[in-house]
Amino acid sequence: MKLKGRKIVGGNAEGELIVSQKPLSFLGGVDPETGIVTDAESDIRGRSIAGKILAFPRGKGSTVGSYVIYALKKNGKAPKAIIVGEAETIVATGAIISGIPMVDGIDVTKLRSGVRVKVDADRGEVEIPKSGE
Amino acid sequence: MVNGMYLTKEEELILAGEYGYALQKAMEILVALGEIYGADRLIPIKSAQIAGVSYKNIGEAGIEFLRDFVNAGAKVSVYTTLNPAGIGDDEFMEKQAEVLNLYREMGIEITATCTPYYGANLPKFGDHIAWSESSAVIFANSVIGARTNREGGPSSLASAIVGKTPNYGLHLDENRKATVIVDIRAKVKTFVDYAALGYHLGRALGNDVPYLKGIKPEKTEFLKEMGAAMAASGSIALYHVEGETPEYRGAIDDKLETITVEDGDIKSVKEQFSDGWDGIDMILIGCPHTSLQEVKEIAGLLRMRGRPLKVPLFITASRAVKALADALGYTETIERYNGRIIADSCFVVSPIKGWYRGIATNSGKSAFYFRSFGFNVRLDDAENLIKEAP
Repeated sequence: MKLKGRKIVGGNAEGELIVSQKPLSFLGGVDPETGIVTDAESDIRGRSIAGKILAFPRGKGSTVGSYVIYALKKNGKAPKAIIVGEAETIVATGAIISGIPMVDGIDVTKLRSGVRVKVDADRGEVEIPKSGE
Repeated sequence: MVNGMYLTKEEELILAGEYGYALQKAMEILVALGEIYGADRLIPIKSAQIAGVSYKNIGEAGIEFLRDFVNAGAKVSVYTTLNPAGIGDDEFMEKQAEVLNLYREMGIEITATCTPYYGANLPKFGDHIAWSESSAVIFANSVIGARTNREGGPSSLASAIVGKTPNYGLHLDENRKATVIVDIRAKVKTFVDYAALGYHLGRALGNDVPYLKGIKPEKTEFLKEMGAAMAASGSIALYHVEGETPEYRGAIDDKLETITVEDGDIKSVKEQFSDGWDGIDMILIGCPHTSLQEVKEIAGLLRMRGRPLKVPLFITASRAVKALADALGYTETIERYNGRIIADSCFVVSPIKGWYRGIATNSGKSAFYFRSFGFNVRLDDAENLIKEAP
């Protein structure tokens, strides 16, 4: 199955999904040293986003969150790609300065953690294997 | 790049990296934001005001980004000023100085204030600008009639470098119209009445453009304070005041919902922030940073009090206002009564938890933040605070 969204930052990535169904704050919500989610309101609290394809509905919190995404990248703990329902300033800016492929306009309720997906951000596409597993 | 936004030849070249990495990244940010928010093109800006200055907020991650950007040759192309810096221990201050140096290397004016309009950076009516700092954004939009969205640190920096911003949101006439009418029946007279009104409206309205009826603010400072509180407790970036602010005529197009504000609404905000003096160990005036007139008034109140404060008084102001206060003798008076004027800094963005337990302030914005940091808070007019303080 292919989900069609919109390119925010171009590039390709393939990997395991980590999906939050709640908005995510990067400043104070993700540890830039480890890539572990610390946001108290998050449904993926305690899990790592490092090297995964990170999906969530939208960003929230301080605009300084963009720099946290940059720090994740520098520390080798960034997600391989970012998929959001709706792009906003914080996450889009973070992905741009960090060179992380990013797609928006995807219904993240259709995505499950642990599933391997392919992201073609240039086409704004997310490909999920047929079985769903 | 596929895009719906029109780019000039030169903008395309910047985006393709012809002018180097820093300009390219800055342009990528602006184009992406323009796409996300449906801008038709980029428009030139007159000035930028940049957030992401306090080391407490941006941390190592921010320093690393700024350093990489400086090394890539990032330079601002329009007049650009900074948000306030933080105050902390020696190690913190060293990091803070590093942040300011990186901004200096980009050609930014190192004046660090939330009230750039009291000195270095005063836009005029109708100017397009790219400002961050929510209290400065709402002042520029509402009181001056300049045009800016509520930018974040990275987006305002990108705009400063390119000298442009995507044309959407509050840059467009149609988005500057009121979305709700606020009929103020409460008595709103003093500085703190305005702070409480702003705080209440921020909570009640979210990101509306309110049209306020029934107030006659005596001073510009009252509008500054009301807007700051609105933008802190909510995310309002523009308001109109009937008969007062420059764009109130024509701000109402359609039939709008009306909400009312009664005395009880103002009182209930003040009651939320009425902790006793026994839990207070500092007085803070100057959020947003004080005008020279406010400094003069405080010096007068201290003289009337006639004896030094036991609880220290901190007045935060821009370097411009502090220099005038020094030259005119107000600083000396204030210091005689255990007060200090601190230039270009802000306690809200400083790691002062543990230094103090509680603050007394006339600022609705400070009340909001310090309560959320777990401090005791007493909100009252400067006149009462200076009279009653131990």
